[in-house]
Amino acid sequence: MIKRSDFPILTKKIVGRPLVYFDNAATTQKPLAVIKATSEYYSKFNSNVHRGINPLAEEATKRYEKSRDIIAAFISAKRAEVIFTRGATESINLVARSWGEANLKKSDILVLSIAEHHSNIVPWLQLKTKIGFKILYIPIKVDGRLDLMAAQKIILQPGVKFLGLSYASNVLGIVNPIKKIVKLARAHGIITLIDATQVLAHQPVNVHDLDCSFLVFSGHKMLGPTGTGVLYGKRELLAAMPPFLGGGDMISTVSLDSFTPNILPYKFEAGTPNIAGVIGLAAACQYLSDLGWAEIRAKEKELEQYFLDKIKTLKFIRILGTAEPKLPIFSLIVEGIHPHDAADLLGQEGIILRAGQHCAEPLHNHLGCSASLRASLNFYNTKREIDFFIKKLIELKKKFN
Amino acid sequence: MDIYAQNILDHYKNPRNKEVLARADLASYEKNQSCGDELTVFLKLSGPKIYTIKYLGQGCAISQASISILSEKLVGDNVAKVLKYKFADIIKILGVPISDRRENCAMLGLRAIQKAIDKNKEK
Repeated sequence: MIKRSDFPILTKKIVGRPLVYFDNAATTQKPLAVIKATSEYYSKFNSNVHRGINPLAEEATKRYEKSRDIIAAFISAKRAEVIFTRGATESINLVARSWGEANLKKSDILVLSIAEHHSNIVPWLQLKTKIGFKILYIPIKVDGRLDLMAAQKIILQPGVKFLGLSYASNVLGIVNPIKKIVKLARAHGIITLIDATQVLAHQPVNVHDLDCSFLVFSGHKMLGPTGTGVLYGKRELLAAMPPFLGGGDMISTVSLDSFTPNILPYKFEAGTPNIAGVIGLAAACQYLSDLGWAEIRAKEKELEQYFLDKIKTLKFIRILGTAEPKLPIFSLIVEGIHPHDAADLLGQEGIILRAGQHCAEPLHNHLGCSASLRASLNFYNTKREIDFFIKKLIELKKKFN
Repeated sequence: MDIYAQNILDHYKNPRNKEVLARADLASYEKNQSCGDELTVFLKLSGPKIYTIKYLGQGCAISQASISILSEKLVGDNVAKVLKYKFADIIKILGVPISDRRENCAMLGLRAIQKAIDKNKEK
């Protein structure tokens, strides 16, 4: 059962007001189970993993690797295919620098969407300046949906080697038909990378079923600790890729002139990992599994509908991206009020929102707006919070009129 | 006191000096990358002093009210003095408390003016 009391911060006050946390697309709050798992590691098992022939290191390693099993099962992957990173950003950079540098050439075409987060654009632009390939962007329709006709046309062009696409945009919240697009791309030998960062807290993700080449996500956007993330990759792809960062743990032998990389997944995990974070992320997966997707989905659908019904009554608000299926992520244009002013003033009422371009400047330019005000909900939010938000929005509009 | 005091909202809704200045002595463009707020300022000088400030731009109430207020208050000031202004001076000029999170908004106007003057110095 959904329990707000599982999340200690939700009972706290901010600037003397009850906390209304509507910034879940930036980072979610953490349940006690995650906080405990993380602190328990430090208070009981803190030791470096994969290194020590001692009982403490053995226990830490066991817990770290058990966490990998839990996280792999959570996305239906095999454990050797789950590489821990600092987050989705690092995961995409890893693919760009390792797979991209080894496999892309000047005559190739990369396909992204106009709605990508900067983290799925900039690493490719960095590589483009080195290699010189072409990047094409899939446009979106007026209602925020990915333009599937255009996507098909772009993907089927000769020379396309790679497709990088978000499962759902962090601005629009619209869930893309990933399975269909991946199938089309795979049929033409195109490598696919899915940025599932926004989706994992809201619905199940099955990499086996999606059949994508790579899938990335961040732990902190799905109830887990910051500084944790995953790169999933198909085993044969990962095996053929050169290591990304060099250092301890990613090697099997080192001489003065050369080294042999370690086996998967350690080949891509140089240096002491975020052990406590990974253990916390496994606790987050466990928490979501125990709660169950049926309950999470039902509650979030209810909140989404309620939010949309209420916001529709406000004529001075426009939502960016109205197509279904949608996650409870709403980027708003408030007529006559700059998003920064709205976020600042509503923040003083305890309502935590994000204002700006949400690391999606090309998308905002495409939509013809300089910034937006984003309210992103999670299953622990309530209708009462939405009512309070609406009431304060109306007051704000009056103040600026 | 409220950061969105009546004076700030008044300048936001009824901006002063928001127009192009033909034959400006100095001009510059400044943008806050994180939020997209932008300003183009035009200055006319009278010797070492600021004679007129005009500007164009768009953005939040703080950034736009700030340049509107500066366009009145800095007239007559020596450019060397304006170059030395810092965040604390802007808080004094605006007359409202500005939190750290709004520092970039409040400073956009001053930065644009200082940039215009600085560019002039390089010449």
